Amino acid sequence: MHELSIAESVLRVAVRQADGRKVTRVQMRVGYLRQVVPSSLVFGFGLLAEGTPAEGAELEIEQVPAEGRCRGCGVESRLGNFPLQCPGCESFDLEILKGEELMVDSLELEEA
Amino acid sequence: MHRTAVKKVVLENVLDANDTLARRNREELDRAGTYTINMMSSPGAGKTALLERTLERLRGKLCLGVLEGDVQTTLDADRLARFHIPLVQVNTDPGFGGECHLDANMVRSGLNELPLDDIDILIIENVGNLVCPAEFRVGEDARVMVYSVTEGEEKPLKYPLMFRSADLILVNKVDLLEHLEFDLERFLGNLDAVNPGVRRVLTSARTGKGVDEWCDWLGQRLENV
Repeated sequence: MHELSIAESVLRVAVRQADGRKVTRVQMRVGYLRQVVPSSLVFGFGLLAEGTPAEGAELEIEQVPAEGRCRGCGVESRLGNFPLQCPGCESFDLEILKGEELMVDSLELEEA
Repeated sequence: MHRTAVKKVVLENVLDANDTLARRNREELDRAGTYTINMMSSPGAGKTALLERTLERLRGKLCLGVLEGDVQTTLDADRLARFHIPLVQVNTDPGFGGECHLDANMVRSGLNELPLDDIDILIIENVGNLVCPAEFRVGEDARVMVYSVTEGEEKPLKYPLMFRSADLILVNKVDLLEHLEFDLERFLGNLDAVNPGVRRVLTSARTGKGVDEWCDWLGQRLENV
């Protein structure tokens, strides 16, 4: 349900960065730990973009898997389902290295 | 008319705009010497009831202020009005489609209405929701989550975002434990799996259990300022 709030923030970034030009594509990265449902984000974005310079723009989402470093044994690993756990020593005490991204990477804009 | 497409590299964190405003709120609160808590939970976990007990306990000792966030109504603010504390209600409804959380900008509008210099601790009672509030910093020093035992043992695993971001968990409604099949140990195990060792206090707004310990924790926040 937070996809709509995030879609609104994405749209704000896109429209501001477009600076009056029409946005045709938004490329973004979403980390696994953000618990975002991509289809809901795309749906919300499309809805909110109506009537803005980003109307009809395609939202392209790259999903970034979670990675962490164990504070106990130091092993770095790809993290799957919750709870996040070190595959080496089974500790839950992890430093998150990747997976918290919520980043607009680039825009495709139309120049008149 | 011929149009050409150009690619613009942006590399902007989606929440940057909010985080910048949150930092500004935090600076203003720091200047006023106000310690700020973002209190989050699902709807009905007992945030307002716990606040009532807290205000009764701390009356005359600490000046607490409350910023109430709700999608609609001033019912929660009305309940706290009898304490004659600095209190402001922010309705999120005028935002896009009835926002399900407070963001830094909404909190900013509330801060303008409060005598921050007089407030030792400001409690921001966020909109009841286990998901969205976790994403939006509002300028808080600490995050406190109220979780009621009627919500089941497995929620930390289902909503890790909020449980991971909390500095203190108030496990509320423990007076109901004898009537429920809630396995407290299993819940605490799930909690430790997503936020290892996070401080927790067992509370009951109804019986007052744990309220002293929670108020002590609040008092200790000021010693570290």
